[in-house]
Amino acid sequence: MGENKKIQNFANWVVKRRWFVLLGAIILVMSAGSGGRFLTFNNDYHIFFDEDNPQVIAFDELQDKYTKDDNAFIVVVPKSGNVFTKETLAAVEELEQMAWQVPYSTRVDALSNYQHTRSVGDDMYVENLASDIENKSDSALQYIKTIALREPALKNRIVNEEGTVTAINVTVNLPMDSMNAPMEVMAYVRTLVDDWNEKYPEFDTYISGIVMMNGSFAELSMGDMMTLVPLMFLVILLVVFLTTRSISSMFTSLFVLFFSIMTAMGLAGWMGVELTGPSSSAPTMIMTLAIADSIHLLVTMLQLMRKGMPKREAIVESVRINFMPVFITSITTIIGFLTLNFAEGAPFHDLGNITAMGVAAAFFLSIVLLPALVAILPFKVKIKEEKEGKTPLLDKLANFVISKYKPILVVSVIAVLGISYLSLKNELNNKFVEFFDESVPFRSDTDFISDNLTGIYNLEYSLGSGEADGISNPSYLNKLDEFEQWFKAQPEVVHVNSFSEVMRRVNASMHGDDVKYYKVPENKQQAAQFLLLYEMSLPYGLDLNNQINVDKSETRFTVTLKNISSNEMIALTAKAEQWLRDNAPETMFSHGISTALMFSHITKTNMDSMLQGGLGALILISLILIFALRSFKYGMISLIPNITPIAVAFGIWFMIVGEINMAVTVVLGMTLGIVVDDTIHLLSKYIRARRELNKSPEDAIRYAFQTVGRAIIVTTIVLTAGFSVLMQSNFGFNSDMGKLTAITIVVALILDLLLLPALLLTIDKVRTKIKNNL
Amino acid sequence: MKSIITVIIAATLVVFTPTKAQTPEEKGLNISKKAELADNGWGNYSSTSVMTLKNRNGQTTTRKTHGYFMEVEGDGDKSLTIFDTPKDVKGTASMTFTHKVGDDDQWLYLPSIKRVKRISSSNKSGPFMGSEFAFEDLSSQEVEKYKHKYIGLVKLNGVVCYKLERYPIAKTSGYKKVIAYLNKENYRPEKVIFYDRKDSKLKTLTYSSYKKYAGKYWRANQMKMVNHQNGKETLLNFSNMKFNDETITEETYTQNSLKRAK
Repeated sequence: MGENKKIQNFANWVVKRRWFVLLGAIILVMSAGSGGRFLTFNNDYHIFFDEDNPQVIAFDELQDKYTKDDNAFIVVVPKSGNVFTKETLAAVEELEQMAWQVPYSTRVDALSNYQHTRSVGDDMYVENLASDIENKSDSALQYIKTIALREPALKNRIVNEEGTVTAINVTVNLPMDSMNAPMEVMAYVRTLVDDWNEKYPEFDTYISGIVMMNGSFAELSMGDMMTLVPLMFLVILLVVFLTTRSISSMFTSLFVLFFSIMTAMGLAGWMGVELTGPSSSAPTMIMTLAIADSIHLLVTMLQLMRKGMPKREAIVESVRINFMPVFITSITTIIGFLTLNFAEGAPFHDLGNITAMGVAAAFFLSIVLLPALVAILPFKVKIKEEKEGKTPLLDKLANFVISKYKPILVVSVIAVLGISYLSLKNELNNKFVEFFDESVPFRSDTDFISDNLTGIYNLEYSLGSGEADGISNPSYLNKLDEFEQWFKAQPEVVHVNSFSEVMRRVNASMHGDDVKYYKVPENKQQAAQFLLLYEMSLPYGLDLNNQINVDKSETRFTVTLKNISSNEMIALTAKAEQWLRDNAPETMFSHGISTALMFSHITKTNMDSMLQGGLGALILISLILIFALRSFKYGMISLIPNITPIAVAFGIWFMIVGEINMAVTVVLGMTLGIVVDDTIHLLSKYIRARRELNKSPEDAIRYAFQTVGRAIIVTTIVLTAGFSVLMQSNFGFNSDMGKLTAITIVVALILDLLLLPALLLTIDKVRTKIKNNL
Repeated sequence: MKSIITVIIAATLVVFTPTKAQTPEEKGLNISKKAELADNGWGNYSSTSVMTLKNRNGQTTTRKTHGYFMEVEGDGDKSLTIFDTPKDVKGTASMTFTHKVGDDDQWLYLPSIKRVKRISSSNKSGPFMGSEFAFEDLSSQEVEKYKHKYIGLVKLNGVVCYKLERYPIAKTSGYKKVIAYLNKENYRPEKVIFYDRKDSKLKTLTYSSYKKYAGKYWRANQMKMVNHQNGKETLLNFSNMKFNDETITEETYTQNSLKRAK
């Protein structure tokens, strides 16, 4: 064959010019890899969304309209079990004072500096609720407790109902383009809390908040690179050694892998990619996927050498034999990973593209660099008569499938359909705290806080009055009040922060703290003037600009939710929107905005776009298979073992997890290219047996099992091991991705060994029968 | 003997210490005092002002006020500001007595309930009417309210300025320090940069459209405050500045006149 000849000539040339090839490869890889210095980490969750995502735009608009409210949420728990003691309140005030020094902080909210309004004589005093504690009497402490547990702005937000847990909320305004800012804030806050805790050991402390989340994202991404990549290298070393029993092979494949990763990451750097949680798993994935190329080439070479072929001839022959399968499996894997571009958000695009580049680099390096290296390095092999790869177990399996192909077909079709059906029952869930493993401090601290103080998930509204300065309109304030009461009555709600509460409180204080006046003012001028007075009484950093927009036409309305699922959150939002439609003027209508909802929306859209992208990729891959197998029929048959594993895997996912997040949606694209490989190997051998060796369908199955069965099982083990490494990530995204991918690959193997042969036998035997009858 | 040696050493120190050498702190204080002196004796004036608030999105809104200001010998100045818009707060009036030492006094008259209310004195660093100006930026800048430090001479848009660092004395101040640029020729402020309590750059105030009134008193007709942290800005434009306004007397600044203020 002309093509084979060309490849052979090429391989010969590589071996002959091995030093030149080695040098050239090093120069090329280095120049690509030098882009690695441009790689930065991006830890802003915004990067998960496309720039034109409507929910994100609405969210950012809200933050621009009021204030940006990225925060660090510090919770302190006195071991005495009582927040309202002199010692505790004084310590809290000290922490609050220290917190103003947090980089980029704009506001600190705590019990100590809560702006309490009360009337004294004819005047309204606005002052710190619990500062300067040393000089307070016991009755003053009692007063502070009464107020704190009564104020809607504090209860279930800054202090819990039992008065055993209290919080300090530090609002920060992070600069737009500083990637290190969240890390800086996180490090500062941790040191601050540690220092404070050292002085006051009688407290337990917990830290949460958006900044801590973003910081933990980055920390884990980097941690993954630091721990998982070396672990992966170890796994690879072991696998290569077990399959080849050769140190030089280990060295060669490590070299190829290392260069592949370097090329991919370097190119990513040149492209200006910012690394994130998902994309930082690219090196692990590249290794997992690329090692197969090296193993195929090395194993074949060593086999040939054992038969007595000289090393250089053996490697040339190995390249010749393996070129096509390695090429096709690489192409399909690349196509699969490129479908990640259909998902939303740069992290997944980057993951797909970096991995695709890595797989491409691995292909070229395996074909070019690997033979050159093999030619240079010493390989010692004992020549021995090999019993031609007969594995009794695989024979048994082949015979079993052949004898029972009808029941196998029936059972596996039923199982596939049944389990696939379950895949539809997976619930969407994007509680972003659960992106983190329970061993991550951010996760455990946040869980504690949501169990003991307040919710973590917010729903936000900007409610318009329809005109400038309209927020003092009694009709607006009353409606706000109603909306607030409605939300408070919902069982999923922990806390509501509404501007109407401020007006009620100020109104009461303007009327001698008379509880009868704890309601919104009835007169617009009064409301506006009370508000002016109140605003002029507020100190540095504690103004209302985070609640009122610039022309006083809209106010911010924040609902804190219990730990509910995304679906419940979506349902609640819909109910609230309906309430606004039914009860409030049109100008007041607003969609609920929340980061958790944003993630839910993109999980939904990702699922759709990944399905579409996956379908496109499937068609493309099938075309490649039809071309590679030179058969339309087998190309079509291959669709079944290619599609079913992912459907079954999602069904199994329902049984063990039941919830789908953004990360697992992309597994669809990722696994497609991998799953195809087994099918290609089995089908090509089967077809070869049928066409070239003129075997019966049964014998062709036996032949396919004997020739590639072992290889398929080995690569599945390698891949599963690789993705199991990814499962070790503390970053839920990555471990979920690893888990589902591993499941898919194992399912694919089982289906390829059972369903595919049963299918082939059924179809081909029917055809043979028809032929014979004719 | 000992005392003689001490005297000799002291005398030597006096002789060899250049008389002009001041610490940066002394020099800063001196310049600030000179600036105050240069503006001394302005008596009183009235003016109207329009404040334009702009948020990060570029949305704007305006607030109009007019005010009466009076110099007080030996203490901080007195001011009376009446709100004209927004409509709902029209007629609301605030009266402030600035003090060189201690907290300022401030009252607000609310026409809707026809009452004068005293404003919590320690809370003067909050934003004024939702703008980027804090109340402490707008009240009179008494020398005694800061520690001063001279940094050097710098050229600002072609104008030679004294660069001073000032550290607010009041604990309630929102600032750790402010950097002021005073025109070397006439001591008028050209630019002030505010640093928040954690010493991060917070705001920049630029003075422009300076005019000379009553022959010697410079007043900026435009002040622009840009908040670097939240991206918001406020433009404050003055007009109808009238010095030696006969309507302004000691009687202008009583709680009763606050109720009648127009």
